[in-house]
Amino acid sequence: MTDLGMPLLRAPRGVGHLRGDKSFPAAARDALADSQLRRNLGHATSTIRAKRATVVAERADWEQLRAAGSAIKAATMAHLDEHLERLEAEVTRRGGVVHWARDANEANEIVTRLVAATGSREVVKVKSMATQEIGLNEALEAAGVTAQETDLAELIVQLGGDLPSHILVPAIHRNRAEIREIFLREMPGVDPALTDEPRRLAMAARAYLRERFLRADVAISGANFGVADTGSLVVVESEGNGRMCLTLPRTLITVMGIEKVVPTWQDLEVFLQLLPRSSTGERMNPYTSVWTGVTPGDGPAEVHLVLLDNGRTATLADDVGRAALHCIKCSACLNVCPVYERTGGHAYGSVYPGPIGAVLSPQLTGVEDNASLPFASSLCGACFEACPVRIDIPSLLVRLRSQHVEARREASRVPSAEAVAMAAAAWTMSDPGRFAAAEKASRLGRVFGRRSGRLTTLPPPLSAWTAGRDAPRPPAETFREWWARERG
Amino acid sequence: MKIALFVTCLSDALFPEVGKAVVTLLERLGHEVAFPAAQTCCGQMHVNTGYRREALGLVRHHVETFEPYDVIVAPSGSCVGSVRHQHADVARAAGDDALAARAEAVAARTHELSELLVDVLGVEDVGAYYPHRVTYHPTCHSLRMLHVGDKPLRLLRHVRGMTLLELPGADQCCGFGGTFAVKNADTSTAMLADKMSHVLSTGAEAVSAGDSSCLMHIGGGLSRLRTGTRAVHLAEILASSEASR
Repeated sequence: MTDLGMPLLRAPRGVGHLRGDKSFPAAARDALADSQLRRNLGHATSTIRAKRATVVAERADWEQLRAAGSAIKAATMAHLDEHLERLEAEVTRRGGVVHWARDANEANEIVTRLVAATGSREVVKVKSMATQEIGLNEALEAAGVTAQETDLAELIVQLGGDLPSHILVPAIHRNRAEIREIFLREMPGVDPALTDEPRRLAMAARAYLRERFLRADVAISGANFGVADTGSLVVVESEGNGRMCLTLPRTLITVMGIEKVVPTWQDLEVFLQLLPRSSTGERMNPYTSVWTGVTPGDGPAEVHLVLLDNGRTATLADDVGRAALHCIKCSACLNVCPVYERTGGHAYGSVYPGPIGAVLSPQLTGVEDNASLPFASSLCGACFEACPVRIDIPSLLVRLRSQHVEARREASRVPSAEAVAMAAAAWTMSDPGRFAAAEKASRLGRVFGRRSGRLTTLPPPLSAWTAGRDAPRPPAETFREWWARERG
Repeated sequence: MKIALFVTCLSDALFPEVGKAVVTLLERLGHEVAFPAAQTCCGQMHVNTGYRREALGLVRHHVETFEPYDVIVAPSGSCVGSVRHQHADVARAAGDDALAARAEAVAARTHELSELLVDVLGVEDVGAYYPHRVTYHPTCHSLRMLHVGDKPLRLLRHVRGMTLLELPGADQCCGFGGTFAVKNADTSTAMLADKMSHVLSTGAEAVSAGDSSCLMHIGGGLSRLRTGTRAVHLAEILASSEASR
């Protein structure tokens, strides 16, 4: 870790959605029992996986593209301060106003103040992870401002009083029958004869949203990229609802994580190829909106950019962990993750679920505030293979596990039962004599399971194993004993 | 060729038949097998659970034990993955660059069983006979850390008497994941349930893999449900011959 002589500022507690109220294993247990959720997730992730695989296979240079994406991100992070100042200068020069937010509270205050200054009591929102991360909707609501989500899936989540469970497909945990029920229950003026036909559901949302687009004075967005060279901001989306928000209202406020800056348009080119193929499995996304400051007579007359830290600088300080900031939020890792596919996103307790969430959330909050997340992986490596910017997520998970163990060691002089067991195992296994003696001792277990040749119950913590699986009965002779007898 | 066997702590203590099978197989192919008796464990469980500091002694011990050998084999993609991708890092994190360099040298000479057979010994038909219906689970670390590709399948396709059945969703993790199986037992078991459904859908008598750990997990589930389908290590199939039956 690089010591800059300053305390590392993590995302503060009590605001936003980066921490769950349950540990991952406990939250996962609830999710695993939900058969509807399991079915919806299995269907949705396998569909996106297949689409992604097809369009990725079309590119003979896919591996080179990934390497380029990774290299651009690493180079950008190495001079992040310079790129951000360039971005600020260019946005300002073209009539935009740039604000710096150290954390979620500061960002929420800035946006709330900007909205209040317009006198508007209602804002329309483009789908954005950064504003979910900081809990902006709740902050606006506390200030008497209604924030209307306009992305179809975010609308479903908002009307359902729910939280997003996927970065790209926030309502992945809902099927169309459930969506119909939510619309009938929560959408004012909805046709009571609404069916669960996808087209009918989309038309209902369209009618509801169109009215709000036309009366909105203020829009709030995130940004997929900010091009430092020209001060241009980029939003990539599928529905066109984002485009409505970005062009119709008078005031546009964008909240962007500081890691989203790319130096040049040439860099952007690489990511605009990687992102749609990795996320929706499309060659190109339907809508790419780019705006550069204020263009008189065309689009918003007032443009603000809020640059959000919220634990990112602290993440950047870790020379390995900083790779998590390379993420372009495509969610390919979620769609291939066998853990995510079964538990869904809510079990992660953060707006960033899945493998990338398990390495990003603990770094933004400090690992002890999300200590169970780095362990929420079998380290199968499917995420690393799918990541368009080659983030070695399994290695980051293992690193965070070590940081958690070290933090526990520092916090308490009394070692945990696990730490004692691990130390004992390391002591035993670093000497062949001790190891052989331990193997002999484990043979005592042979008295159990004598009849069936398998063990069906073991004491804690191994009872977690035998709750669902038999354990092998220790053999009469270990391999080394056999070798010594036969060949020694 | 003289080949040192790193049997792995799990196979040594719980699945000695796997180690014996490697010995039988390599000797049948005309090679000399050495078993460095000082060997213990690669330390992967410690590293992956966050006990990197404790793993250092295990890494040093492993390097010292296997340093004298030119060719080393282990019947586990996961343990070879740890030797190849973790050992030098553990040493480097502890500030021991000399050990890291030695670990890298040992790692370069360490092969998973199917890699040794196909890449080093240049053999795909090992003369095995195994008259059963078998499906193969490729295991995550063999597939995505070592990139062994279809080497195990190429070996299995030459086994006489055996019907090799394609496993649906083969590249999906079985849910073992070391201490993950205990720390996140519910999620692990949910993953296992799907793996077992796929295994059972093939109608195989046995599911095979190149890792005793994944097989302990899949086999433990199949046994608990009395499915009548068993787990068998790749080495055991390849060691099996008409003479040995």
